[in-house]
Amino acid sequence: MRNRFITKLIDLAHHNDKLILVVGDLGYNVVEPFADLFPERFLNAGVSEQNMMGLAAGLASEGMHVFVYSIANFPLFRCAEQIRNDVDYHNLPVTIVSVGGGLAYGALGYSHHALQDYALIRTLPNMLIASPGDPQEVEGCLDFLNENPQPSYLRLGKAGEKEYHSKIPKPKPGLWQTVKESPIGSSAPTLITTGAVLQSVMEWSKHPKLKDFQIKSLPIWGLASKKNQIEQVMSTEGIVITVEDHLFDAGFGSWMKESLGGNAEAESRLRHIALTSEVFGLVGSQEALNEKGGISLESVLKILS
Amino acid sequence: MKELEKLSTQIRISSLKMVHQSGASHISSALSITDILSTLYGKVLNYDANNENLESRDRFILSKGHACVAVYAVLAEVGFFEKSYLESYGEDFSDLMNHISHKVPGVEFSTGALGHGLPFGVGKALFAKRNKMNWHTYVLMSDGELDEGSNWEAFLFSSHHQLSNLTTIIDYNKLQSLTTISDTLELEPLVDKLKSFGWFVIEAGGHDHQDLLKAFKDSSGSKPKAIIAHTTKGKGVSFMEDSVKWHYKNPNDTELNQALLELDEK
Repeated sequence: MRNRFITKLIDLAHHNDKLILVVGDLGYNVVEPFADLFPERFLNAGVSEQNMMGLAAGLASEGMHVFVYSIANFPLFRCAEQIRNDVDYHNLPVTIVSVGGGLAYGALGYSHHALQDYALIRTLPNMLIASPGDPQEVEGCLDFLNENPQPSYLRLGKAGEKEYHSKIPKPKPGLWQTVKESPIGSSAPTLITTGAVLQSVMEWSKHPKLKDFQIKSLPIWGLASKKNQIEQVMSTEGIVITVEDHLFDAGFGSWMKESLGGNAEAESRLRHIALTSEVFGLVGSQEALNEKGGISLESVLKILS
Repeated sequence: MKELEKLSTQIRISSLKMVHQSGASHISSALSITDILSTLYGKVLNYDANNENLESRDRFILSKGHACVAVYAVLAEVGFFEKSYLESYGEDFSDLMNHISHKVPGVEFSTGALGHGLPFGVGKALFAKRNKMNWHTYVLMSDGELDEGSNWEAFLFSSHHQLSNLTTIIDYNKLQSLTTISDTLELEPLVDKLKSFGWFVIEAGGHDHQDLLKAFKDSSGSKPKAIIAHTTKGKGVSFMEDSVKWHYKNPNDTELNQALLELDEK
């Protein structure tokens, strides 16, 4: 995903001279091609996230679309107040890019586990969350953000993710994307995901009990894009299971539940798979930690039983 | 300098009236920066009160957003809006909020949490430098605000990038929210600290227009400039000067009248 991100960003920067990339002393072996091509639109702000986010807002206030690139929680929690006051309140076009969403940096410890990032960004009124599920969605999200510069958070996985969309999707806030359709007339459940956890969901869907499942992704969402969720939940035939590699609390599944505004019929269809607090402080591979935290095929089978 | 004195007095009068009418805090912080503001808006800044978005304008950012009444007052004096607009200060749903608001004509940036103005100004200065714009960015900060680490990140960054188009003015009144700077977190030797961060540093009497003007005009070469303005919190109203109490208290009718009388005598 990070490679597709930088390739696409370079492509966009060729056509948009307002686009600038600011990194927090991270991005080794990823951001160099951008820096070489656009030295005047590249900046390493150093290991100083507060200043980095503040100056990004300053650049954006002069008309630039600023992409701030770092990993996991670093461009979020240390500079949360700069995001809230400087970027979001002033409604400035800063896109925070974080590589290593969820437990992608599982072995590096709790400091590097992005388990509460949706929670932070979700409550900011002007902020959009763009959490693509495969490299094609990365491109689609970047197209959208480039055409609609605004306060936003782009959550990426790491590298090596598979492509599941045959062509570049055109994501819009709150609108579900189809990744895999159910057979006609099927009333099988729907799995709706956001972010790189789509990769796991597509693997699960090979299981015989899941083969008819409809797989959807929601790459772009946020506080202001809750509308349309009831219609989309009610348009499915079976139950709808949200899947995210984030805590359930203040995450994607709870956002979806809130979006239904207490509609009992819609809510009765909803089920959730999200990380539990059991993963706090543990280290390991992303797969092992996700499994421990409840992001697993077993969790789906349990819902079905 | 006569007209700057007059402008300062008008700012002080309007600030006192706003704070009195709304029962707001921070009057002494506003009185502390008044002469810096009158110098800036009277003689230093390039702006057009009829076109707040003039591209070539200098950018002014108040990082100590709690002292906003003084900025609202000077913006009214120089014509960004009618003086009567100030009467809505502190009213329910007013854009004239108790911490400076970008919803007010002439205000670049909302602050209120400390340590935000300088990094934001750094972004503007960097933009101007890379795009060869001639305008200058000014950030007015408090001394207590220097406790915030974000400022030191910005000090480091600005000198590395030789942002000679950035000036910060430190309102050094030596008092912060609960007690003196010295009893909270000592800033001395402040000049040496900032010099060691690669800044051009100049000290000035923060209520001496001539001295301030000279500091603004001094060339900083390729470095960003810090003006350490030695000020008195509550300046201009005898009973408010150099007292922590008036960081919070708002003047009652008698106190307002006494303050206005003192200013009238000048």
